[in-house]
Amino acid sequence: MAQQTDIFPPPGEAMEPPGAFEAQPMGFYTDTTVCIGCKACEVACKNWNGLSARDGGAQPMSGDSYDNTRTLDGEHWRHVKFIEQFSEDRSQGRWLMMSDVCKHCVQAGCLEVCPTNAIIRTEFDTVVIQADVCNGCRDCIAACPFGVIEVNPVNNTAMKCTLCYDRMQNGLVPACAQACPTASIQFGPIAELRELGAARVEQLNTQSRDAGRPEDAYLYGADDSIVGGLNSFYLLIDEPEVYGLPRAPKLPSSQLPATTALTAAGAAGLGLLGLLGFRKRRMDDFAAEARAEAAESVRLAPGETVVVEPERGAKGGVGGEY
Amino acid sequence: MAECHPVAFRYVMQAKLAGAKIVHADPRFTRTTAMADIHAPLRAGSDIAFLGGIINHVLNSKRWNEEPFFKEYVTAYTNAATLINPEFQDTEELDGVFSGLGPYKEGAWGLNGHVGQYDNKTWQYQGTEIADQGRSAATAQSGEQGVQSGQESEAAEAPPAGGPPYDELVRGLLKPPSQTDPTLEDPNSVFQLVKKHFERYTPEMVEQITGCPADRMRQVAETLLENSGPDKTSAICYAVGWTQHTYGPQMIGTAAMLQLLLGNMGRPGGGIVALRGHATIQGSTDIPTLYHSIHGYMPAPTVLKKHETVSEYLQAETLPKSYWANMPKFFVSYLKSMYGDAATAENDWGYGWHPRISGDHSHMPMAIAKAKDRVRGMFAMGQNPAVGGQNAIYQRKALAKLDWLVVKDNFETETAAFWYKSPEAVSGELPPEDIPTEVFFFPSAQVAEMDGTYTNTQRLVKYHFKAADPPGDARSDLWFTYHLGLRLKELYKDSTDPRDAGIQNLVWDYEPDEEEVAPWAIKDEPSAPKIMREINGYMSGNQEEHLPGFAALKDDGSTTCASWIYSGIFPKPGIENLRAAHRDNTPTTAEYDGQSLQGTELDWGFAWPANRRMLYNRASARPDGTPWSVEKAWVWWDPDKVNEATGDAGMWTGLDVPDFVLGKAPDAQPKEGGIGLDAHSGSDPFIMKADGKGWLFTPTGLVDGPLPTHYEPIESPVPNLLYPNNPTSPVLKRWDVEGNVAAAAEDPAFPYVLTTYRLTEHHLSGVMSRWLPWLAELQPELFVEISPELAAEKGVANTEFVRVITPRGEIQAKALVTSRIQPMAIAGKTIHHVGLPWHWGYQGVVTGPVTNDLSLMVGDPNVSIHEGKAFVCNLEKA
Repeated sequence: MAQQTDIFPPPGEAMEPPGAFEAQPMGFYTDTTVCIGCKACEVACKNWNGLSARDGGAQPMSGDSYDNTRTLDGEHWRHVKFIEQFSEDRSQGRWLMMSDVCKHCVQAGCLEVCPTNAIIRTEFDTVVIQADVCNGCRDCIAACPFGVIEVNPVNNTAMKCTLCYDRMQNGLVPACAQACPTASIQFGPIAELRELGAARVEQLNTQSRDAGRPEDAYLYGADDSIVGGLNSFYLLIDEPEVYGLPRAPKLPSSQLPATTALTAAGAAGLGLLGLLGFRKRRMDDFAAEARAEAAESVRLAPGETVVVEPERGAKGGVGGEY
Repeated sequence: MAECHPVAFRYVMQAKLAGAKIVHADPRFTRTTAMADIHAPLRAGSDIAFLGGIINHVLNSKRWNEEPFFKEYVTAYTNAATLINPEFQDTEELDGVFSGLGPYKEGAWGLNGHVGQYDNKTWQYQGTEIADQGRSAATAQSGEQGVQSGQESEAAEAPPAGGPPYDELVRGLLKPPSQTDPTLEDPNSVFQLVKKHFERYTPEMVEQITGCPADRMRQVAETLLENSGPDKTSAICYAVGWTQHTYGPQMIGTAAMLQLLLGNMGRPGGGIVALRGHATIQGSTDIPTLYHSIHGYMPAPTVLKKHETVSEYLQAETLPKSYWANMPKFFVSYLKSMYGDAATAENDWGYGWHPRISGDHSHMPMAIAKAKDRVRGMFAMGQNPAVGGQNAIYQRKALAKLDWLVVKDNFETETAAFWYKSPEAVSGELPPEDIPTEVFFFPSAQVAEMDGTYTNTQRLVKYHFKAADPPGDARSDLWFTYHLGLRLKELYKDSTDPRDAGIQNLVWDYEPDEEEVAPWAIKDEPSAPKIMREINGYMSGNQEEHLPGFAALKDDGSTTCASWIYSGIFPKPGIENLRAAHRDNTPTTAEYDGQSLQGTELDWGFAWPANRRMLYNRASARPDGTPWSVEKAWVWWDPDKVNEATGDAGMWTGLDVPDFVLGKAPDAQPKEGGIGLDAHSGSDPFIMKADGKGWLFTPTGLVDGPLPTHYEPIESPVPNLLYPNNPTSPVLKRWDVEGNVAAAAEDPAFPYVLTTYRLTEHHLSGVMSRWLPWLAELQPELFVEISPELAAEKGVANTEFVRVITPRGEIQAKALVTSRIQPMAIAGKTIHHVGLPWHWGYQGVVTGPVTNDLSLMVGDPNVSIHEGKAFVCNLEKA
């Protein structure tokens, strides 16, 4: 989906509100290689969602590169990470930047554990916490393998990125993606984003191959290997841990006996099946795709999710030792 | 660029995704470097040596000498072939100075500050006398530099022809044409002088001066060469920090030379891209807040030149060749916009009412004038010198000498609060009771609360409509200025003092129509469209008859136009015809050689002049008028296309508005005795220059030399390896007053290079960012960026406090220890950089020390820009 550019109506004319986006899996694809660390996403997010600044903005500096917000939490739903990697003589060096956000997991740990049904899956396959149903029990905080959720200090409920559910319901691109000047954060139907991501991986790895460098670009979370798939997935050029991302995140349900883990029956046993209809459909899609792959067919029915399996080439240097 | 202009950087990123190579030259590894293919680390202030090294490499490279494009472009479109006065002597002969250096004599103003002055007689084209060849630097326009601008004095003694019309006056200024050697082999040709000038700028010398490894510099030069040519172009982008050196304009000039030598001027994807530091800074020089300039880059009338009458002013300031020959039309129409019906041919268009300047009235000398009790009052509108001014301690103390100070800003800035919150006030050094200054604070409306324009760096003017009333008493700058003017006119309406006639006769008719203010609570907001109308111009006596563009201007008073360069922005009445408000992003298309080409969005805003999106775009075609390549086709000569205005076959066409006389054929010759563009041939693209050429060598205009040459900053820890006896610019401006002391060259007490800069998260002195919690939390505290090597040497750990000391002051801030800062090997020494952002002060949501308490008031000789990017300091653990 193209980003909106024409936000100005002609002089004297009111802006027509666009309709809601079509109900289909939507999300973010974040190309970290074009992130310039400007933090416009953090600010646009706070602006749209009315979030407070930590300690009114007057917190001490962290000393951790240019990262002073440090983490995703209840009042920081976008967070830009800065990773400095330099050889001692500076002959080699890079400064990785990555705008982190809730992953809107296809198998969402937070959603699994929420005792009040405050956490829902939307028609866009995103995961949203309803503040007015949240009782502040903090179970979701522990359940999230990415450390995304925290209690917001203003309203004392668990909060995180909604993928701008209110904007999507009105046909508007989420605030962070709208603000991103370099299109590091791209928004759209997951299927399209995966194609974009795969093409970019191929472009980067071709460039690396031509230059005799390691082919280190890959997509993190674009397939179902990470908690069933991330509706906010990333293009990375170093190990996940370098970016503070878990290589193999675990769900709360994975701690249950193996016979019940990650099965429809297990989910039913946890009383979650009704909530997870959408997720189930996605998982069914994955199953269908797996079958299709087995049949060496990449054609899917119209409207079905396209999964592009990234080539996982050799990674670059280990984080911190570049 | 990613740091300070993230939105503009999106286009760089798009280019990168399309395969462009990005080179970043900077002492630090910044967010821009993170996106770059090549990083050239340079010692702050050593840019001319670096660029000079690239020029030297380019001129001796295989590609430049074998690809015929380069020599063809340079010979046809630059002054490379022009012969220079054989008496000219280069810095290479005179140990770092050019021929003509003499002492500077201060006039009555006394604060111009130059330490020397050049007589540029020997820099001139062979066969021509001293004459302006193009627009001059501020200090030459103002008359501070007495001999360099305008006609030589003997010519001025003959009384100028009168007017209108002023054609005879202009024709009387014509000089003989210059002499050329198209083989470029004459030793006095510009090309040979340039080549010789940079001979010593070898990669090894560049490494010694700049700290950039020789191979890295070669790699940059080769990358530029590979990406320049008939089918490729390279752009050089800079942010205004690049100007902030005592030779800043010469640094930009070196980049321009390089771009001319690579054929990257006037062509799509080329050029020098100046990223201005503030919204509509471009607009504020077009319709200026500059002391030396009036609207449309005409020099301000000055008492330092023969400027007693319009004829004298025009004689001194009109260039007989080039489009500037039309100055009489621009100037008379400007005076009509000032004084309306009161301006007549009989009273010299009211010229005598116009203010005149008397010296360098730019920011730093005005601060000294304040300190010396020579200034009574000051308006600081959107300006915060208590934080942003160089040597801010001095500047705050100078504010305390004013009788009154008006601050109009979003918040109570450090400047507004200086009298009780500054470090000097708090420490008791300058207690509030000892400060006589009466301070008035006016809250400002924000951009969405007013009608108005922004002019972007590419001269693109965009109009914005008011969306809401401002809160409380907050008002737009327009409102404030308009009502101030009304009150002044009321105050002086009965005066019989002749000097008040200017205010009495000033045209000030911007009352809003009822429907313009009907939706709003504020009913006395002036009409921005009426101001746009005056800027665009109209037929005198009929404001409804807008001018279609500056070609319609007359020198007989029949046209009224505030700023000729903007004329055409509002060609017909009716807000729908205000082109700056247009938002159609359909790109232009054209066919060339059977291929469909896509160009630029000509109905997206309005770009002055004449809505051209690229200046000097005649150079995008070969001398014969055909594009250099289909890939880089932009504007070309179509011999079959019929010029509707004249009915003749043959005209310039393409994807942009041609920056050329539409019907002038590529093989057209200059007209005998012609003025203006008649003096140019059909292959002279640079229409604002007397010779129509891009200048590699600058005979007039710059007061510190016709060629850029490597000088050290006034404060430097290393010697000048090229010119040990003349390490710094011999004509720079310095003000050696109490409280503004410079460190001596190579002073061991101040061994580190200090450079200041902005962060993405904040804006300038912080008034638009430090008061906003969302931005404040992103960079809450001032920090000092140092390398792990310097930190180890000083025993400082990350986030521990350090003291940074210069001869002006001392501040304490936390260290941010980072490998993004690297020690450099310079002239046998290890040189450390200390990096300081400068966004903090004692007001706002987050506060911190004022970095500019450390900096020095010292100026470049051309435009009085300070040297905030390279000075020296010491650093100790606190």
